[in-house]
Amino acid sequence: MEDSIHYSVEAGVALFTLNRPEQLNSFNPQMHQALMGFLKQAEKDESVRALVITGAGRAFCAGQDLNDRNISADQSMPDLGESIERFYNPLINKIAQMNKPIIAAVNGVAAGAGANLALACDLVIAGQSASFIQAFCKLGLVPDSGGTWTLPRLAGTARAKGLALLGEKLPAEQAQQWGMIWQCVDDDSLMPAAMELAQRLATQPTVGLGYIKQAINSSINNTLGEQLNLERDLQRLAGRTEDYREGVAAFFDKRQPEFKGK
Amino acid sequence: MTVDMDLTYLDCSQQQGVLTVCFTHYQKRNALTNDCLEELANVLDWAEGEAKIGVVVITGGERCFAAGADLNELASQRAIDTWMNARPRLWQRLSDFNKPLLAAVNGYALGAGLELVLLCDVVVAGEKTVFGLPEITLGLIPGAGGTQRLSRTVGKSLANQMVLTGESISASRAQQAGLVSEIVVDALTLERCQKIASKIAQRAPLAVRAAKQALQQVPNTTLEQGLKQERQLFSLLAASQDRQEGIDAFFNKRSPIYQGK
Repeated sequence: MEDSIHYSVEAGVALFTLNRPEQLNSFNPQMHQALMGFLKQAEKDESVRALVITGAGRAFCAGQDLNDRNISADQSMPDLGESIERFYNPLINKIAQMNKPIIAAVNGVAAGAGANLALACDLVIAGQSASFIQAFCKLGLVPDSGGTWTLPRLAGTARAKGLALLGEKLPAEQAQQWGMIWQCVDDDSLMPAAMELAQRLATQPTVGLGYIKQAINSSINNTLGEQLNLERDLQRLAGRTEDYREGVAAFFDKRQPEFKGK
Repeated sequence: MTVDMDLTYLDCSQQQGVLTVCFTHYQKRNALTNDCLEELANVLDWAEGEAKIGVVVITGGERCFAAGADLNELASQRAIDTWMNARPRLWQRLSDFNKPLLAAVNGYALGAGLELVLLCDVVVAGEKTVFGLPEITLGLIPGAGGTQRLSRTVGKSLANQMVLTGESISASRAQQAGLVSEIVVDALTLERCQKIASKIAQRAPLAVRAAKQALQQVPNTTLEQGLKQERQLFSLLAASQDRQEGIDAFFNKRSPIYQGK
């Protein structure tokens, strides 16, 4: 069996490389299982304090591998919902609920579920030649993996509908201009920049960053009142971390804090 | 003051009027074996006699409330063993507890775990809590009030769906359906539940007891009967010193000091 995900941990950063370059890193069940397995491993691993997802070869991820989806007229109607329920939804949920920051380093085309996987990450940094394509509409499908939820929030309803209904290629630079991603950099400096960002995050108060992520992710469903209550609860917890004590102490001692992520 | 019992499955701690009982056999996902239920029943019996304890909070910790009965125990029982089993008596003892019983629920509350939750008076849950009665997937049905209390709590259609499919529901669904009174961040579930408990523990003990009695009979009686019993309990409290104290403190803008008399 091919090694469809490369996983390595160094200096607090877990690097995930989607590794089916011949198939533009498109998803099949094996890659789903491998990715989920490593995500769970990174979640439990206390030495991991930031995650980076990128793709091998020229693409980031082309979404679902359509070789698994060839439907001829004599076959019964497929149940695409089943693979979404089994694989894509748990993947997007896992990324949203992960209590450590996740960076998508988009090295090339991110199409279909691949685009929405990237956009589900906390910080998206893309190479200049990368692009995002909501390819679903060209096959008569609906953006999945959170696309219809994420796009209007990142780009506004008008642009979300344009992207989803037309399925045209959105260059990384324009995605940055629209505020949909954090940064667009030269192709050559993509991985150094992504790893530098991740290493910086890996020295920060990880628990607090997890709470920030939780609060911002929840804000979309909450009323102001509910969100204020959530902020109160999370602040209560954040104030009990060792890193908060260290942060305050370092401030008064006028030195650099040394956060442990606890 | 602490519980003067040897406890294997539970960890008890007391703060002011609140006794917190935590399941400690997390390796077995806090499975509710007969021994564990008996220990819980013994602790509640003891707490009933302790005037200083006003409320009991049950929890399973931050990760799992109780993921069901012990399947090994169940599998070893044949028809006669099941018929002679002490379990129904143990559940009865839990439901007879006459002080408020609160549940602080995180993680899984499945099978017997959910049946225990349903037996509690107030339920506070963490965001990631999952509630379900998966017995049907094992060829069984809930055996400790699951079908009865769930249906009375969340309504017919959702209860039927859960019992017949064995599929569980999320904390937010459980709150919509009335199974849970509050949802909080997982790490604060117990703390929030203890705050509610300590508020109840500051109220007049006789009034709390009467209120629980009145509330507990709701599913078992007609409205007419229920109103009659409520009125009787209401009149009974008129004879208590605490009622005078409560009203007096209110008029004099001070905190009441209740004696339980």
